[in-house]
Amino acid sequence: MMKRVLAVLMASAMTLSLVACGSAAPASSGSAPASSGGKIKVGIINNDPNESGYRTANDADLKAKFTEANGYEASFAYSLKNDEQIQYAQNFIQDEVDYLLLSAADTAGWDSVLKDAQAAGVKVILFDRTIDADPSLYEASIVSDMAKEGQTAVDWLAGQNLSEYNVIHIQGVMGSAAQQGRSGALDAKVAAESNWNIVKQQTAEWNAEKAQQIVQSVIDAGTPFNVIYAENDDMAKGAVAALDAAGISHGVGKDVVVMGFDCNKWALEELLAQNWNYDGQCNPFQSSYIDDIIKKLEAGETLSEKTIIMDEKGFDATTITQDDVDNYGI
Amino acid sequence: MSNLKKITSNQLFIPLMALILLAVINLINDPGFFKVTLGTNNAGYPVLSGYLITILDYGSELGILAIGMTLVTAASGGQDISVGATIAIAGSAMLRVLCGGNSRPETIQAPIIVAFLVACVVGMLCGAFNGALVALFKIQPMIATLILFTAGRSIAAWINNNELPIVPDPKFSYFGGFIPGIPIPTTVFIVAICIVIIALVLKFTNLGLYTQAVGINESSSRLNGINPTLIKFISFVILGLCVAVAALIKVSRLSTINYSVIAKDIEMDAILAVALGGNSLSGGKFNMWSSILGAYVIQFLTTTLYKFNVQSDALAAYKAVVVILLVVFSAPTVRDYMAQLFKKVPFMRKEAA
Repeated sequence: MMKRVLAVLMASAMTLSLVACGSAAPASSGSAPASSGGKIKVGIINNDPNESGYRTANDADLKAKFTEANGYEASFAYSLKNDEQIQYAQNFIQDEVDYLLLSAADTAGWDSVLKDAQAAGVKVILFDRTIDADPSLYEASIVSDMAKEGQTAVDWLAGQNLSEYNVIHIQGVMGSAAQQGRSGALDAKVAAESNWNIVKQQTAEWNAEKAQQIVQSVIDAGTPFNVIYAENDDMAKGAVAALDAAGISHGVGKDVVVMGFDCNKWALEELLAQNWNYDGQCNPFQSSYIDDIIKKLEAGETLSEKTIIMDEKGFDATTITQDDVDNYGI
Repeated sequence: MSNLKKITSNQLFIPLMALILLAVINLINDPGFFKVTLGTNNAGYPVLSGYLITILDYGSELGILAIGMTLVTAASGGQDISVGATIAIAGSAMLRVLCGGNSRPETIQAPIIVAFLVACVVGMLCGAFNGALVALFKIQPMIATLILFTAGRSIAAWINNNELPIVPDPKFSYFGGFIPGIPIPTTVFIVAICIVIIALVLKFTNLGLYTQAVGINESSSRLNGINPTLIKFISFVILGLCVAVAALIKVSRLSTINYSVIAKDIEMDAILAVALGGNSLSGGKFNMWSSILGAYVIQFLTTTLYKFNVQSDALAAYKAVVVILLVVFSAPTVRDYMAQLFKKVPFMRKEAA
């Protein structure tokens, strides 16, 4: 009996919280059509902001841009699951938003809901991630070119003119766009050059602790290396912790070159202190690009290109300044 | 024959055999595996390094968790799958106290000991929550702990307003690294302290006996004046305390936290440590020491696989093989068969002679 009562209680609590979550986003704009008063209604579907520092910065950037003061009425919905995101999209369409901004959790499964959006006159703008859908279903997509990020980093490394490159390559979650792009450039270079060797290539799944163990294992084996190519800052930090414990010097003019990605503020500070050598940017600040597109569309202009690739920099420890840390750190 | 039986029926037999097997494989592959060298770290202090030190160091969290997990398993006949998520919660609370809600403070805002005590309280509260669901509401442990398993990492992120604080004080990194001047990793001392405490508790209190009694037969232990609800509850609270200690080490290793990946999948390793220690996962009799040994065997396996360049996302598959072997060898039918086989062997020898 007790069990049944509890089960019913928990089930109803779950349903309630689901309803609460589901309606939280549209609720703020539920009574809007009458009172929107010229404001542009946007529904923003994003991944969970605590997925990573990148996502946190991305979300904060969007929230700062799409405010009432800037003429927007924005509703936000978050999920790391594709089906939940699709559910949110349907809610937003029913809610008659003007624009649907989408960072899809998965590339597949979006066709039918985007067709619904088109039928309802909702304009769709993709940001951060692309999807496998007909390009006619969305207005624009604003993305990072991960392969270019990798290429920039590898070109920088080649420019260091080391006599030999013995690289520990720490990869992100295998198959993710960031991993594929950032690994691709390095793999191609290692295959092409005779003095570039991979000492160890391992996925640490964006996890600092795993990166630490992987580098520790190379150190314990006594294999010489002089470059750490980590596909994000967290993993570079884990790798550096292992170097520090083993008394291996790293940074500008030292034994090991340390490279990271994403430009977290703390990572850029490591660059500024010359403990690391390079950090590649993955630009989370898409809101101004989106704002631009919406302004153009509202003015009736047509967009010159559908896919917009953002500018992304790579920072070198010898040239980075405090201004860079403040402006580009996330 | 009776000696052989004595050895094989000892609970320490399985983890010890696994340990020896791994050691032999590594010895054949590379005798340098067992080399321990004294070097200096980047701060200029002497430190020991080598694969064995790495295993002792990185196996610490698992060893500590195995203590609590063994008690929970023995008392409730189920496992806590929320330990990874509660490590995130306890670690997050610790950083919140140390950094005072500011993600990049100049100095720490509270003494480390205060932050650790807060983490202990938080860890024990999480344990108490799980324990209450299991002991009072009689929910299956795996289902009860599924709640924190699902929600824990979000709660951890919420504690620090979704920010990732970094502890500025180098003293904080001693717990997961080295104390200046002492070449042995601090984590080894932390585990040693935990083992001594639990050994004293098991020796001077009835906790061990009562836990086994509750795990073997709840109603008969109640008839004998033991309160099963309380014992189960206490086992979860102790696990919560172990979680807080493990969180201290985890957070200290890098002086920061990442809610989505910290201590990821550690609950499965902790459960595997208990199983590898030859303890019944359905509760009852337990051997604490073989669980702890099991934890280090798992880390030995992990380190070995890293050495052999196995992709780290494939590690789980190798651990699955270990689980399969364990399950097969502990199955009653296989045990009976093995026992019969043992009986036959000397008989056949006699005939040959």
